[in-house]
Amino acid sequence: MTQALYSRTRSPETEKEKGGGGAAMRVIVPLQGVVQGRGGLVLGSVIPCALFYVLQFYLKRHRKDTDEQNNSDSSSQNPTPRSSSYGNLSELPGLTRNWSRGLSSPRNLRGPVSVSGRVSGIVKGADSPYYVGLRRAKEDPYDELSNPNGIIQLGLAENKLSLDLVEHWLADNAEQAILRNGKELSISRIATYQPFDGLMEFKVAVAGFMSQVMEKAVSFNPSQVVLTAGATPAIEILSFCLADAGNAFLVPTPYYPGYDRDIKWRTGVEIIHVPCRSADNFNLSITALDRAFDQAKKRGLKVRGIMLSNPSNPVGNLISRETLYILLDFAREKNIHIVSNELLAGSTHGNEEFVSMAELLDPDDFDRKRVHIVYGLSKDLSIPGFRVGVIYSHNEEVLAAAKKLARFSSVSAPTQCLLTSMLTDAKFVQTLITINRERLQSMYAQFVAGLKKLGIKCIKSSGGFYCWADMSGLIRSYSEKGELELWDKLLNIAKVNVTPGSACHCIEPGWFRFCFTTLTEKDIPIVMDRIQRVSETCKLNR
Amino acid sequence: MRLIVPLQSVVQGRGGLIFGSLIPCALFYFLQLYLKRHRSHNPQSSPPSPTLSSPKLAELTRTSSRSNLFSRGSNGQVRISSRAISIAKPNDSPYYIGLEKASEDPFDRFGNPDGVIQLGLSENRLCFDLIEKWILENLKDSMMGSDDGDLNINGIATYQPFDGTLELKLAMAGFMSHIMGGAVSFEPSQMVLTAGATPAIETLCFCLADQGNAFLVPTPYYPGFDRDVKFRTGVELIPVHCRSTDNFTLSITALDQAFNQTRKHGTKIRGILLSNPANPVGNLLSREMLHAILDFAREKNIHIISDEIFAGSIYGDEEFVSMAEVLDSEGFDKDRVHIVYGLSKDLSLPGFRVGVIYSFNENVLAAARKLTRFSSVSAPTQRILVSMLSDTRFIEEYIKTTKRRVRNMYDLFVAGLKKLNIRCADSSAGLYCWADMSKLISSYSEKGELELWDKLLNVGKINVTPGSACHCIEPGWFRCCFTTIVEEDIPVVMERIQKAVKSTTILSNSS
Repeated sequence: MTQALYSRTRSPETEKEKGGGGAAMRVIVPLQGVVQGRGGLVLGSVIPCALFYVLQFYLKRHRKDTDEQNNSDSSSQNPTPRSSSYGNLSELPGLTRNWSRGLSSPRNLRGPVSVSGRVSGIVKGADSPYYVGLRRAKEDPYDELSNPNGIIQLGLAENKLSLDLVEHWLADNAEQAILRNGKELSISRIATYQPFDGLMEFKVAVAGFMSQVMEKAVSFNPSQVVLTAGATPAIEILSFCLADAGNAFLVPTPYYPGYDRDIKWRTGVEIIHVPCRSADNFNLSITALDRAFDQAKKRGLKVRGIMLSNPSNPVGNLISRETLYILLDFAREKNIHIVSNELLAGSTHGNEEFVSMAELLDPDDFDRKRVHIVYGLSKDLSIPGFRVGVIYSHNEEVLAAAKKLARFSSVSAPTQCLLTSMLTDAKFVQTLITINRERLQSMYAQFVAGLKKLGIKCIKSSGGFYCWADMSGLIRSYSEKGELELWDKLLNIAKVNVTPGSACHCIEPGWFRFCFTTLTEKDIPIVMDRIQRVSETCKLNR
Repeated sequence: MRLIVPLQSVVQGRGGLIFGSLIPCALFYFLQLYLKRHRSHNPQSSPPSPTLSSPKLAELTRTSSRSNLFSRGSNGQVRISSRAISIAKPNDSPYYIGLEKASEDPFDRFGNPDGVIQLGLSENRLCFDLIEKWILENLKDSMMGSDDGDLNINGIATYQPFDGTLELKLAMAGFMSHIMGGAVSFEPSQMVLTAGATPAIETLCFCLADQGNAFLVPTPYYPGFDRDVKFRTGVELIPVHCRSTDNFTLSITALDQAFNQTRKHGTKIRGILLSNPANPVGNLLSREMLHAILDFAREKNIHIISDEIFAGSIYGDEEFVSMAEVLDSEGFDKDRVHIVYGLSKDLSLPGFRVGVIYSFNENVLAAARKLTRFSSVSAPTQRILVSMLSDTRFIEEYIKTTKRRVRNMYDLFVAGLKKLNIRCADSSAGLYCWADMSKLISSYSEKGELELWDKLLNVGKINVTPGSACHCIEPGWFRCCFTTIVEEDIPVVMERIQKAVKSTTILSNSS
């Protein structure tokens, strides 16, 4: 059966078992003789015994897993840490695991009809603190006047700083944009079936916007764009197209908690963590990348690509031009893909220069085929509700497959018409980008200064809607448990929802992501007040 | 599962000698059997469509290790996943080839009179005037929210629930129940909204079946199912053949036969995928039939997906009965029924991409809600639709008018075909008719059918959907959608059919 399954838990035995499993596959047919009695006495008992042992192992692993799921079920209300996410033990591919379990149990056909094995994990699986926090904050949202004791949302990377500009534009132009688009009214452009991967006009507009956001350093070819209903499906489609079930992507940690759903859920692709550390300012090191690659290979996993986010989420740092070149070399050497998630390309607030992966690629470069860029309008245009994501690739095959898969995730036509107009309004776009950057910068400075006053230091970052704060001084035990305790206090006592580092698979405990763009300036003192309340009790307890 | 723990002692040597060899031997035998079954069923069940190669990958890491070997030598071009390779291949179904051709060179009475007339896309363009009028009058208020002229940007720009806003679910529930003549009421909390009915079907497949499992589907069926169901989920479709002698009505005997045959091959069947009103035939499932199907599903303990996307596009006198209505009267066993709906047909807004999963199964709903992160409806669109669907006067007028216009087109179109001696199957719903051209094909086979299709497309310049694209078991049937054209086009279409037919008969006579 699956070599991957055996090789996961116990590394000392990995080699041996892998050999056994691999042999079993190939040896099965000749061994038939053994069962039918034609083999010797020794073989007849030794080999089946060995196989039986392996089978037992496999089943045992399964049982343990069910228990774990039950436990997390019963305790989903008070989120206790869900065992080890350390040591690079990336979670098992839910898909294959559940699938085979489903096969072995349902002999008794009476009784309620069951859902598929692969989604039972999705239904039952305990949510990470990221989702728990988001839900709590949504159920009881803070409002200065109507709900002053509500939870302040600092867990959602959403930018409300420049919504007034968008609002203004919509009020003035929406009707015109959807209905007329120039001169005559054209209902058939919005009501009828449109290409699933987006209208050409809209692709042109998006390509223009992307290049404007990246300060004209790159130009994007609209025919290499596939539009999807958000960046989330863009990532899913790419992982489906680049990797088969059971293959893996290298992802630097800490990473955006949503990846665990986007990359793994339906595609069966696994994530191999590449840990980045505070000592390096959470920058990616090629050594770590190389090590993770080799380890994955040893485990029998085929690595199909690297998934980067640049500007990174949750840290907010940028990948330098040199590192990008090194990454490209690495990908070439290993013959793997690179998915560069540049969703926040326009939301930089530092002085550092953002370099897109697209900028590095020569027009006649053979390696262009391995680079795929993910973009979207959720962050830089602050309209996540519109659901617009972009796949930009130089790989014809990937584009062809992605275009067909866009049938499952297309952007609504009225939205496309509306945004085509908005994005082609060059003056508006330029103003938006500039003003948004200014406001972002100012909020960042104020928020970080506020935290500093409380003795909480942040990593120096230049992009994104958040800061990455080191609260390891406030946790009771230097572990994931200690971190989640603090998270719990922040959520339930201080009533602020932040994202703990463990939800981002950060290897060091005590780091938290604070999104500050859902706030207004005058909320900052309130947030600091609330954090202080908790941090003081923490200090007392220590 | 439970035996394993005591048996551990056997392995560790504490058991007897007999146990030590007998039991492992027996187990080994079973293991072998299990693996053998897999091997034998895989090649058998992989017809030309290579989508099925991906399920194999997941089951056995065999393939992955093989590709490991491969990549070592080839240090050249980076490859995409094997499951995507099959998807990236050019279209092979005449359905998609025809659609592409017609969209590249679309007929226009004035602009492009020699273009291809599109009869292959089930899209209703008969009532765009009403929609247009409504949108003109209401767009601004509906999208921005008209409270005090204050634009509420927070409701559209920010993150919204992936599975749709409650307001739209409410409006949708009302609309669905209206469309179905008020016979059923729908509960908004059992609803999940997706970006079109296409992802609704895919999401349900993910939720109900695992890779390598199968759904029973009565043929002829909508060609898109092959993509919706199979592309990414690795679920198989088992055809249940319906025949012209029964007017393409589903029979439980055929269902049972298909079920048993598939079981014999070792494939697990997880459900039935129905379309009611049927696409491409246009007939309805009777109340008795729905009861019989429900009984069948209960007996076999499988799910039912009822695709009712044409529920409101009824032009005949027959009564449409929703699966939900039957369930209401039965009052139990609702867990296995899932309804798919959308606004693409009944409200003729396919460009808006709005689909609905309506289910009684809490687990399915929970999973589907989480999966809508990959396929949600744009917020401005949701806003517009909330107002449109809650405008009952408009909706009522719209439904009445479409019904009248579709009926009129149907009558004219079928009469036109009759004059050419082409008969259609009895139908009462949909935006198409299902025409029997078996007398016009040169050989009574799929090949003959596709020859005629090719002539119709390239000589007659009309794009229709051949039965083989819908997996119809009898050759010579074609689906013609008549709601993408206007009345004046009908004579043109008939002329073109005649022209194409003539060219084939001449060919077959001369040869």
